[in-house]
Amino acid sequence: MIKFILNNELIETDAPSGTAMLDFIRKNQQLKGAKLVCKEGECGACSAMVGQLINGKVAYQSMTSCIMPLINANGKHIVTVEGFNMNKLSPVQQALVDTYGSQCGFCTPGFVVSMSGYLLSNSQLTKEGIIESMDGNICRCTGYKSIERAADIILKKAKRDFKKVSVNALADKGYLPSYFKTIPKRLAAIKIAKTKNAKGVKLGGGSDLYVQKPWEMYEKNAVAVYDNPAMNKITVKNGVFEFGAALTMGDLYRSPEFNKAIPNDGHMFKLLSSTQIRNMSTIGGNLINASPIGDFTCILLGLDASIVLNKNGKRRTVALNTFYKGYKKMEIKKEEILEKVKFKIPSKNTTFHFEKVSQRKYLDIATVNFSSSITLDKSKKIKDIHLAVGGVGPIPMYLHTTVKFLKNKEMSSDTIDDAIEVLQNEITPISDTRGSADYKRLVARQLFLAQFLNLDANIYDVKKLVGAW
Amino acid sequence: MVKNLNKTKKDKSLNIDSPLHVTGRTKYVDDIPELSGTLFAKVFYSSIAHGKITRLDISKAAAMEGVVKVVTCEDIPGENQVGGIIADEPLLADGLVDFIGQPIVMILATEEIIARKALKLIEVKFKPLKVIVDPREAHKKGSLLSDPRHFQMGDIKKAFKKAKYIFEGEADSGGQEHVYLEPQGAYAIPKNNDCIQVISSTQGPTAVQRTIARALGVSMNEIEVDVNRIGGGFGGKEDQASMWATFCALGTYLTKKPVKYILDRHEDLQMTGKRHPYRSDYKIGLDKDLKIVAFEGNYFQNGGAAADLSPAVLERTLFHATNSYYVPNVDVNAYPCRTNLHPHTAFRGFGGPQGMFVIECAIHHAARALGVPANKIQEKNLLINNNEFSYGQKVQDCEAKNTWNQAKKKFDFAKLKKEVAAYNKANKYSKKGIAFMPICFGISFTNTMMNNARALVHVYSDGSVGISTGAVEMGQGVSSKMIQVAALCFGLKTDEVRLETTNTTRVANTSPTAASATADLNGKALQDACDQILVRLRKLVKKEWGLKSKDQIHFQDGWVICNRKKMKWNELILTAFQQRVNLSAKGHYSTPKIHFDKKIGKGHPFAYHVFGTSIFTCTVDCIRGTYDFDKVQLIHDFGTSMNKLVDLGQIEGGLVQGMGWMTIENLLYDEEGRLKSNSLANYKIPDIHYVPKKLDVEYLDTKGSDLAILKSKAVGEPPLMYGIGAYFALYNAVLAYNKDANIPYESPMTTEKILMGLYSKKANS
Ligand SMILES: Cc1cc2nc3c(=O)[nH]c(=O)nc-3n(C[C@H](O)[C@H](O)[C@H](O)COP(=O)(O)OP(=O)(O)OC[C@H]3O[C@@H](n4cnc5c(N)ncnc54)[C@H](O)[C@@H]3O)c2cc1C
Repeated sequence: MIKFILNNELIETDAPSGTAMLDFIRKNQQLKGAKLVCKEGECGACSAMVGQLINGKVAYQSMTSCIMPLINANGKHIVTVEGFNMNKLSPVQQALVDTYGSQCGFCTPGFVVSMSGYLLSNSQLTKEGIIESMDGNICRCTGYKSIERAADIILKKAKRDFKKVSVNALADKGYLPSYFKTIPKRLAAIKIAKTKNAKGVKLGGGSDLYVQKPWEMYEKNAVAVYDNPAMNKITVKNGVFEFGAALTMGDLYRSPEFNKAIPNDGHMFKLLSSTQIRNMSTIGGNLINASPIGDFTCILLGLDASIVLNKNGKRRTVALNTFYKGYKKMEIKKEEILEKVKFKIPSKNTTFHFEKVSQRKYLDIATVNFSSSITLDKSKKIKDIHLAVGGVGPIPMYLHTTVKFLKNKEMSSDTIDDAIEVLQNEITPISDTRGSADYKRLVARQLFLAQFLNLDANIYDVKKLVGAW
Repeated sequence: MVKNLNKTKKDKSLNIDSPLHVTGRTKYVDDIPELSGTLFAKVFYSSIAHGKITRLDISKAAAMEGVVKVVTCEDIPGENQVGGIIADEPLLADGLVDFIGQPIVMILATEEIIARKALKLIEVKFKPLKVIVDPREAHKKGSLLSDPRHFQMGDIKKAFKKAKYIFEGEADSGGQEHVYLEPQGAYAIPKNNDCIQVISSTQGPTAVQRTIARALGVSMNEIEVDVNRIGGGFGGKEDQASMWATFCALGTYLTKKPVKYILDRHEDLQMTGKRHPYRSDYKIGLDKDLKIVAFEGNYFQNGGAAADLSPAVLERTLFHATNSYYVPNVDVNAYPCRTNLHPHTAFRGFGGPQGMFVIECAIHHAARALGVPANKIQEKNLLINNNEFSYGQKVQDCEAKNTWNQAKKKFDFAKLKKEVAAYNKANKYSKKGIAFMPICFGISFTNTMMNNARALVHVYSDGSVGISTGAVEMGQGVSSKMIQVAALCFGLKTDEVRLETTNTTRVANTSPTAASATADLNGKALQDACDQILVRLRKLVKKEWGLKSKDQIHFQDGWVICNRKKMKWNELILTAFQQRVNLSAKGHYSTPKIHFDKKIGKGHPFAYHVFGTSIFTCTVDCIRGTYDFDKVQLIHDFGTSMNKLVDLGQIEGGLVQGMGWMTIENLLYDEEGRLKSNSLANYKIPDIHYVPKKLDVEYLDTKGSDLAILKSKAVGEPPLMYGIGAYFALYNAVLAYNKDANIPYESPMTTEKILMGLYSKKANS
């Protein structure tokens, strides 16, 4: 039996654990606010907030309910647009009305959930943050500007109303229905029976499985990896960063430890899907999905990570750069679970770099992605280097040959010219909807160059390549 | 006078639908509680683009538990036909398939998931036939959907002989998926006397009604179509909603049960048509002063496998072939090419954008070759009053130059130009581009017959008002506008007026909600109905109050007032009711002055034109080929806007949709006619980060047109065409990095085309 609170109501259901949350909400519960649009997590019209009790407080994250497995709601608080409704419009709803941030209205419940959810899950409010909370919500009517204006109004009001935003403060000031205040207690009271020796499909956030087999998942037995507490930890020891494979991209985005280990301005994470999807995307799922354009896979290859596979307590460690054997073929056995990921934290002299080019800058699958760690000595010699590139072959590629070529060479324009040739011989892109093979080769070259420009803006004159492709 | 529309927050624009939307209480078709016994339909469609069906076995599917009926073309009681303009499109394939996604069989089951599983049990074999996906190839082979069209003016041969400069080339624009967020769908319910009520997500309730009646072989009065509102249409539900509604009605007809069919996104993408991709040739002639003296264009429209609205879309391409420019000698030819793709259809702009793109390419080409900025040529050729279009109409109340000059001044173009030049000099790997995009769009259905509408008004005995029109609310705010019109007529507050669903039993023979003309047509019909009631009320007041004349009677703020005497509206209505005055009226409107002779391609097809000028600024990352739009600034001719927030929303939304069409929306088919961009994972529309950081919409307050409702000009389609500026701004930024870049005129300007352009070899022309 799956138990959770939906808006203000306790749900105890025997519905199949693989049911998509949106279907449960719309069909089983007859709540019609969340809309079915794409069933791929691409538009956010079905967005729901998912609250989890952590240390007596409920931490909320947005997710796309159309590809969210029911089982991942176990013990949580799920909030749809109806859950934000009160006798009068909330400030978020009112702002969208006032700016005409809603035209045909089909996407609107999703935007209301995302923005309300933003207030619910952030104590510091910023313009950038509230806009980012909507990066997984697509609107075809407004051109977003009126929605941005609504966000401005909400922020302004909230900044006036709160010193520090909290669920209780929000409820007291009429931003949320007051039942939100009772949720922590009610969640604590939910007892979830442990399932023993569960067998079936391993299920992370479901953001790949439910897109690939939307109709089959209903009848599947699922083993929820997502909520496995043993796979949700981060440890930093002896310069090694180790984390559970059930952590999501969103978890790492918010993790101070990760951002200390891999300094980035957050932009790296913004390039990975959307807020909702990042909250569902486990790193294990990303690695096992084995997509040649998996972004986090590329990032981890560029960090020269290894993974720990576990079969009923029998563990082994595999270097990620030997893990992929062919298109969706991996060095993993059927009963094995990807438990942990670890990498050496880049030292002071090592620069980690990530690049992604896609048709749409955000919320899009990469045409080509690229990541690298380069360690230079004082004389600009490349002491150590790891290069990974995606979208140019059947697997997420670690550039073994190019790495070998560059190691111990001086970083110079000539070296780079030669390395470009090695790189082009190593990759094997094909033409598809994301671009022609020829274009992908060009992108790969450019991103390869970008990492060097990132180290030294004058190391290479890219302009000289104009007219030569 | 120019006003900043972004600053109209305080303006109390009526926004009737939003409170329901933001609470998730709006009911779309799929949100209506299902009646017990409802069956769910699914369509089995062709997996090849052209071929004969050599074997079709439905027996396994029919035998599956939960499957109630498997319907083939033989079960259709009336005509197996859904074609609107031309009867060339079967509801269910009859021996032959012409595109991937063409319906072959309908399955009716007790649950959707059962219908979905039953699809897999249908067995079909094809004998494949030759597939054509390229309109030029179709044209060469004589594969056309209808007759080619031709507009001409002046003497093109002579003009080219005299022209100082002539440039020729090809310009192709890609198609565009509507991505209305609410997918296509309908729900049919059996009613008394064998009538069927169909709740449809359609822009054209009458088209749905007519199509169903024909397919079922019944009269139109046996089919009631009801539309509450739709979750986006953009033209995609003008004609193409009919098919799904017909499937539901057919299911109900055959089983006597309610039947529902909501397409899932993949079905919708695969089975429904899009904005037409076009391939075109242009030839432009200029004199020494850069005046365009001649323009010749050939347009090969990729119409898909059936006519749908293609002939009408094609015509509008010709109407807008010279955009905002005066060209004295024009010769334009358009070919509706029949290919093996889903039948393409209406999409905001309706062929106009495809026409405008070509002349803008021609101008850009000329400018590049002559070493002048394109805006110099654009500016020299803007329309002025009494200039004649190739279709014979002379432009009136022309604001082309006015909006252009205001844009230059208001947005300080001189300064912008300098800033961009300085930026490009200072930045090695980052370049900015600017482009102007003026628009001129004609308002009216170009099929004169369709320019009429009706409205029904009831004043209830308690004084409240209920109105019905033929307009469908799809986000464009027409419901707010209709309520405003009625409230204004009666001098009531808008919350005393209620807008009913759009229903064919209340308002019949409607034109679809399209052509930007819906508020004009229905609003004027509504005014007519309100006026009829007001005439009766005035007569009553005159009698009751013993007045000499009715002239001084006003209806204002809920009162009827004459000189010093006044009475509450609801008291008056109660009196009228007791006096047996007719408190209901049916209004009618048909646009005056317009006419068009299709044979010679001349007339006065448009009630008026809408103008505007936009300026785009973008920044291209020359290492990665990615970009951002810094700002889009525009001056738009609204007439006197009756609802500024609604109108602003149309400008911003239309503009961004047009930008999407020109840049990231990459509709792809392979040579077998397979849609490659077949999900929202690989067909991308603008997201919140995509939109220009700054978007200034300035309001040119003009006197409007008497043929516009309350002189508030139509605003639905015109702004989409501003989006064309995005293409050229990116193009120009690439040229700032690689002045010899070889970029064929093919939209969309994808990141691929940009990066390839940045590093391309010299163009060899
Ligand atoms: C709209 C959208 C946008 C996306 N954008 C991006 C993007 O920008 N970049 C990107 O990289 N990806 C993207 N993805 C893909 C996807 O989100 C990621 O691959 C994600 O990390 C998958 O994780 P998950 O937990 O949801 O996987 P699931 O779907 O739950 O699982 C994926 C696979 O991994 C297996 N699995 C999961 N966990 C384990 C484990 N611990 N051990 C063994 N097997 C396991 C499952 O059985 C399944 O085969 C996107 C997806 C969507 C829907």
